[in-house]
Amino acid sequence: MAPGTVPKSFGDRLFFVVTACAAALVLALLVVLVLRLTQYAWPAISRFGLRFLVDGRWDIGAEQFGAASSIYGTLITTLIAMLIAAPLGVASAMFLVEMAPSWLSGSVGVALELLAAVPSIIYGMWGLFIFAPFMANYVQPTLAGWLGFLPLFQGPKMGLGVLTAGIILALMILPFITAVSRDVFRLVPPVMKESAYGVGATTWEVTRDVSLRYGVAGIAGALFLGLGRALGETMAVTFVIGNNHALSASLFDAGNTIASTLANEFAEADSDLHRAALVELGLVLFGMTLVFQLLAQLWLRRVRKSMGSRR
Amino acid sequence: MTMKRLAYRRWTDRIARAMAALAAVFGVVVLGAILLTVVYRGASALGIDFFTLATAAPRERGGMANALLGTFYLVVLATLLGVPLGMLCGTYLAEFGREGPLAVAVRFACEILMGTPSILIGVLIYTLLVVPVGGFSGYAGAVALAVIMIPVVARTTDEMLRLVPHELRESALALGAPHWKVTLGVVFTAARSGLVTGALLALARTSGETAPLLFTALNSTAWPRDLTEPTANLTVTIYNRAMSPFDDWQQMAWGASLVITSAVLGLTVAARWALGRHCR
Amino acid sequence: MWARQLAVLTLLLGCASGCAPGFAVSVASEANRRATKTRITGAGASFPEPIYAKWAGAYARDHDVHVNYQPIGSGGGISQIKARTVDFGASDAPLTAEELEAADLIQFPMVVGGVVPVVRLDGVEPGSLRLTPEILVQILMGEIRRWDAPEVARLNPDVDLPARDVTVVYRSDPSGTTWILTHYLAAVSEQWRTQVGAGKAVQWPVGIAGKGNQGVATYVTRVDGAIGYVEQAFVELADLTHVRLQNQAGEFVAPTRETVAAAAANADWASAAGFHLKLVNQPGAQSWPIAGATFILLNRQQDDLTTARAVLEFFAWCYEQGGSLALELGYLPMPQNVVELVAADWKREVQFDGRPIAQ
Repeated sequence: MAPGTVPKSFGDRLFFVVTACAAALVLALLVVLVLRLTQYAWPAISRFGLRFLVDGRWDIGAEQFGAASSIYGTLITTLIAMLIAAPLGVASAMFLVEMAPSWLSGSVGVALELLAAVPSIIYGMWGLFIFAPFMANYVQPTLAGWLGFLPLFQGPKMGLGVLTAGIILALMILPFITAVSRDVFRLVPPVMKESAYGVGATTWEVTRDVSLRYGVAGIAGALFLGLGRALGETMAVTFVIGNNHALSASLFDAGNTIASTLANEFAEADSDLHRAALVELGLVLFGMTLVFQLLAQLWLRRVRKSMGSRR
Repeated sequence: MTMKRLAYRRWTDRIARAMAALAAVFGVVVLGAILLTVVYRGASALGIDFFTLATAAPRERGGMANALLGTFYLVVLATLLGVPLGMLCGTYLAEFGREGPLAVAVRFACEILMGTPSILIGVLIYTLLVVPVGGFSGYAGAVALAVIMIPVVARTTDEMLRLVPHELRESALALGAPHWKVTLGVVFTAARSGLVTGALLALARTSGETAPLLFTALNSTAWPRDLTEPTANLTVTIYNRAMSPFDDWQQMAWGASLVITSAVLGLTVAARWALGRHCR
Repeated sequence: MWARQLAVLTLLLGCASGCAPGFAVSVASEANRRATKTRITGAGASFPEPIYAKWAGAYARDHDVHVNYQPIGSGGGISQIKARTVDFGASDAPLTAEELEAADLIQFPMVVGGVVPVVRLDGVEPGSLRLTPEILVQILMGEIRRWDAPEVARLNPDVDLPARDVTVVYRSDPSGTTWILTHYLAAVSEQWRTQVGAGKAVQWPVGIAGKGNQGVATYVTRVDGAIGYVEQAFVELADLTHVRLQNQAGEFVAPTRETVAAAAANADWASAAGFHLKLVNQPGAQSWPIAGATFILLNRQQDDLTTARAVLEFFAWCYEQGGSLALELGYLPMPQNVVELVAADWKREVQFDGRPIAQ
């Protein structure tokens, strides 16, 4: 009997049923996740409707809940993290693959994989204890001095806030983006690079015109994966973002992300509507990660196809 | 090509290379600084008390042993639940489902679940196991961790089993062995190290998790006795203590961070080692 | 094969979780030894957590009862006891008699404590910064944004005020400490009462939020220029810098046992239904203006006799034997007449299977 067909004997049938049940369980988990969260969020969904997504108020006392500040905080911290980690990560990967001697690239590569596994709570603690004072005393005064005319860099220089959270997130996803980008660069067929070197191209030109172009799909995939992690990251953010629900133009001000709000308020919520609103926030976060993942998968599929035809 | 153009190209190359090197150095230095902080601050907190006494009030003699033990229980239980289920699911994908509609859907579900923020898994388990039962419990925490493990183990099992050459299966089947024996005996053996890698990576990923435990296992100051109660665990204890204003509690949090980081890194190294054996 | 893999896995797990097998065994037997104890789980206010932790520790030494108290905030305490996920709830914001009736709960005060504005200003000694209610409100409203503002400087000619931004730190969780503070602010400031109001959680005009008394204290110690508010016991435990506050009589007082006691001396517990009472902005030259009691919540109808007995015995012990520990941490134990009122309440209200539990 060939694999891929439904088996006939009793043992085989049992084996098939057991494994199929396990597989169906995974599918069921996803369905239950959506249904159960919707069910628990229903009091908030029916009460606030679509206004929930654009309302900036989060008033526990008055039971007025809107997700705008949490959605904004989630997106802006992720954006800051990507703006920092994407160029740094891709450049480091480039250095490791194209320029560094093999002993260095090997050991740094192992270190990167290990760093990508460090629990996120460690980044959060480090952010609060070590990085926040550094931000308050050096980074924020400098930024305010140079760019203080922008509303982005006005406000109290307290070391905690949206910008700090974004930077901590960047550090957290940096090893991940670097490690995946490095794997992508490694997959570039050596013959392509060698022929480019052969016609006298410099390292940078080879990287730019061969490796980056060849690996663009994989790099995009790495970035999307990093982005997904940043969107839903809880602990690294909760320590340093300041947990404020007011919308503010300044990156120095405290803010909140969906995940940090859940971590802070879920177990403590004392009204059913508050908890329902928190679960609805969770649904919004799930929707956001889902959209980014679908985009990533579609994009990867398209690029893979076009690359396949080119080859 | 003029000399000027060549010089320009050479300079851009140099600048690009310098910047790439700088980026790599920056990353390594900052991330190294984080690890060094954990080692430096954590090492001084570790001692006999840390590993033998339960958590105590500020300024009282205490340790982290109840949280260590609680995390151990939670992770073991999660592994016993998550790894077999994940492997079974992965076996279906590779051996039966292949490219069929259910398999495609399940693979997709795995990807989505892997990308789902772990705090949402915590919320899900809260609605499934905390509210109906009427209390936070260690079981809920273990199930939350298991749910995070399942898709990871399933996908690695799927990938690893599909790497096993067809000829191996067919020759065993040709000898008249039933499919399940072939899969468990021959295919699993061939993919052994790969499967261990998947399990270890899932383990590494979950044992450092905090967010899914916040609303499931909660935390406790007592020794873990019975997992139907809120159960002490390292990561939530780290969170509570790092967020406390007491010096000795913060010290303990650093110590616990060092322990959990070493454990996770140890598991990752073990996973790499297993994978190395697999590739060989 | 399968079994061997599992064995390897478990072994790896054991080593990797940071404890050698021998250790795990010894810890497990320790856990077993303690397994015969009765467990009581409580959750709620973080304001009294230091004293509940102290009492639990002392009580466990000569009783076979372990009290596990999780400081998840007063709001959480109320919702968890309503959901019956805990054996007792704790809150600093008392429920009204009607709310108690509706949820079939009883409520009693355990200790009285002060809520204290604390700051981190490098170079400023504890107790040297003086604030009037008006200035405190302006700071918390975000109207005074810097510590070297003339209004603050005028009040504190002897203090070297740093040129720092003000960072207000408040509670992210619905909290009784917030309830006490905001009732005080609403009592002294018309502006606060109308624009912000009083409650367990309010819309703070500016600032950052920490979880629990601990979270607030942590952010205050971490952020230079921060001002927050915590329970009195946390001031000493966490080495925080407290302020002197002007009371109703116009005196600048520091938060001490004596000044909180002076404020509590006015309390008339006997005529407060369900012990619902506020102790803010009390008269008297010695009175600390922001004080309040912290409360325990129990279900009237208990569903486990052993646990219910253990809970009542524990709190009876706290009233009888716990006073000195409370004073050590800066809380005031309840006076004898209140303890008698509470005991009468227990006898009347706490029931199992339709019969009272307390003897």
